Amino acid sequence: MFPNPQLQSAPASAEAPAASPVSGAVALLQGLVAEGVDTIFGYPGGAIIPIYDALYDFQEQLNHVLVRHEQGGIHAAQGYARASGRVGVVFATSGPGATNLVTGLADAQIDSTPLVCITGQVFAHLLGTDAFQETDILNITTPVTKWNHQITDARDLPAALAKAFYIARSGRPGPVLLDITKNAQLQLFEHAAYVPCTYIRSYRPRPVVRPEYVQQAAELINRAERPLILWGQGVLLGRAEAEFRALVEKSGIPAAWTILGAGALPTDHPLNVGMLGMHGNYGPNVLTNECDVLIAIGMRFDDRVTGRLDKYARQAQVIHLDIDPTEIDKNVTATVPVWGDCKETLPLLTQLVAARQHPEWRQRFRDHDAEEVAAVIQDELFPTQDELTMGEVIHQLNQLTQGEAIIVTDVGQHQMVACRYARLNHPRLSITSGGLGTMGFALPAAIGAKYGAPARTVVAVIGDGGIQMTIQELGTIMQTGIQVKILLLNNQFLGMVRQWQELFHERRYSCVDIASPDYVTVANGYGIAARRVEHRPDLQPALRQLLAHPGSFLLEVRVTRENNIFPMVPQGCGVGEIRLK
Amino acid sequence: MTQQPNDRQEYNITAYTENQVGLLNRIAIIFSRRKINVESLNTSPSEIEGIHRFNMVVVETEDVVRKIARQMEKQVEVLKVYFNPNEEVIWQEMALYKVPTDIIAERAVVERLLREHGARVVVIRKDYTVFETTGHREETDKLLAVLHPYGLIEFVRSARIAIIKDSQGFHHKLREFERREPGAEVSENEFLGRRDKVFSM
Repeated sequence: MFPNPQLQSAPASAEAPAASPVSGAVALLQGLVAEGVDTIFGYPGGAIIPIYDALYDFQEQLNHVLVRHEQGGIHAAQGYARASGRVGVVFATSGPGATNLVTGLADAQIDSTPLVCITGQVFAHLLGTDAFQETDILNITTPVTKWNHQITDARDLPAALAKAFYIARSGRPGPVLLDITKNAQLQLFEHAAYVPCTYIRSYRPRPVVRPEYVQQAAELINRAERPLILWGQGVLLGRAEAEFRALVEKSGIPAAWTILGAGALPTDHPLNVGMLGMHGNYGPNVLTNECDVLIAIGMRFDDRVTGRLDKYARQAQVIHLDIDPTEIDKNVTATVPVWGDCKETLPLLTQLVAARQHPEWRQRFRDHDAEEVAAVIQDELFPTQDELTMGEVIHQLNQLTQGEAIIVTDVGQHQMVACRYARLNHPRLSITSGGLGTMGFALPAAIGAKYGAPARTVVAVIGDGGIQMTIQELGTIMQTGIQVKILLLNNQFLGMVRQWQELFHERRYSCVDIASPDYVTVANGYGIAARRVEHRPDLQPALRQLLAHPGSFLLEVRVTRENNIFPMVPQGCGVGEIRLK
Repeated sequence: MTQQPNDRQEYNITAYTENQVGLLNRIAIIFSRRKINVESLNTSPSEIEGIHRFNMVVVETEDVVRKIARQMEKQVEVLKVYFNPNEEVIWQEMALYKVPTDIIAERAVVERLLREHGARVVVIRKDYTVFETTGHREETDKLLAVLHPYGLIEFVRSARIAIIKDSQGFHHKLREFERREPGAEVSENEFLGRRDKVFSM
């Protein structure tokens, strides 16, 4: 076996003190410490035992959170990364341990979450022999990783690890997987010092900004009568919230968010006109088709945002700011592409745009808001019926958290309600599986989020379908004592699919009637306090108890069974055809 | 923006990459995910040590090829990607033909054959002879048709290799990659840079 020349660090000079030999496993952990890692989510197994053995001596520096399933581990790392803005780290063994990461990798890839996943692999001499717990994890994960690499020689390990962290967090972030054969974990080698990676010749994460395009964008904005800003997670990933806010406030342009962009501008900011897309707010959807200039910032025109593309903003000139050139012109053709890091491009743009107010145009959004309140929001947040609604639960939660808590949501109806109505005063308070729509995401992601932002209250809002997908992570909560507030909205249905079956399939409720265990008993079995409520007078005291309890708490709220999420842009329709009922 | 299917034509994709295990798969899945067939694929070391050059041929619309080229260039280990229709490249394929020596010597006018098709003899053995020619698909096909009656034993054709006609300072540009802070012409995204006219209200 020869070390890969492209991964070799510079040879130590003759004067450098002779390094004592270390194993690949120890070099790995030293590298993690050098990268500033404090928490690892993982699960041991045969092919990664040498790394776990080395970890025994690193317990002071590296906190390993033992999850109950590798999928839980990677979702926890995603929650950690999204809450903290740092790289999430996962350990898993070969074979099934590694394949259990695939859903989380796909989720992190589509939602641009920086992760470094370390998988053990069988001995190099066994590769390709169908050895016990051998799986070709590199080829399995190639489509769902930003980069992946196999290490069969410990001498390649430090440089590969440095490259992995650099790739995961630079440019448009994403998940990276390093597969390390057992012999490389055990192999002793002379390791001088860990050198972080700052440069890869074939990889240019930071585009050179072309000022003439910024200039053209500004001219277009200054001539616009009805401009609309759409922002996405790029603003958060680029840590450009302040720069973004400066542009919005100077230009006076109403701004709407994608589900992953939530929180870059506080919910109650006067220029925040709400959420885009299929279950977004009425105003920003309808007025997307009436604006004259659309300014898209760090977003990718997902089909859930645009609806039918040939009926999407055909009248508008589109300015698209993105760090990833593959997003420009991918779904919506840009009149002016501003390729670059928005941390850099936004201030340039703000400098050139005129200070304006757009009072009449902004009034249009308020008028549409009033329509939406009357048709949808009033009944959702202040229902007159006996049964509880998901909306009123989130509304009451807002009253108690005051927009200061992290809200982690799963996927489905409760997700749309929580994202629509949750109040967020700061960035990184909303964590959800946006692009992939992974049920089972919320419980483990909330655990990770609490590790990533220990000072914040973390509320996991989950449906009765999603919680049953990763409910085993209650065991992680039990063992670690981490504080997660679980708010289970139980409508005794797979609600979003049921809604589609009601609206588009003649109420043929095929396989959506899902039974639940007694969640209070289940939680208690894991030593977690729990309560169930189904009547309005109990709701607020129960929510208070959820938040005030010293430790994790599961609150199950029985909500009305057959509520539908509106507004809705039905599939195959344009955003202008959004329905209020 | 939406193009008709008949706008599809052959495009030559040229990519410069690191020489890494697994990169071929990473590039291949960009095509297979979109259900696009790769008509021809050649990969070999470029003039710079450690950098490989891919030549790929697909039949697609310009819009699709541009998006694929961007996706390729986005891969960490891909340095640069270009795409050109056939009229913008000089291209060749190479073919080998194995025929029985006795028949070819007896019945064919070998000399004329070689001259007309720009072919040359690579091997002559008692039992078989191997011819070689290079050219466009039609040219290698033509010699194939000619040799068929003479008891063709085996035939093989290589992938296409293509040189871009308008590649001013190309080699120099590649050298730039070896520098840590390359000039603007290399950092530039070609696909965005081609946008000449910008907007009109």
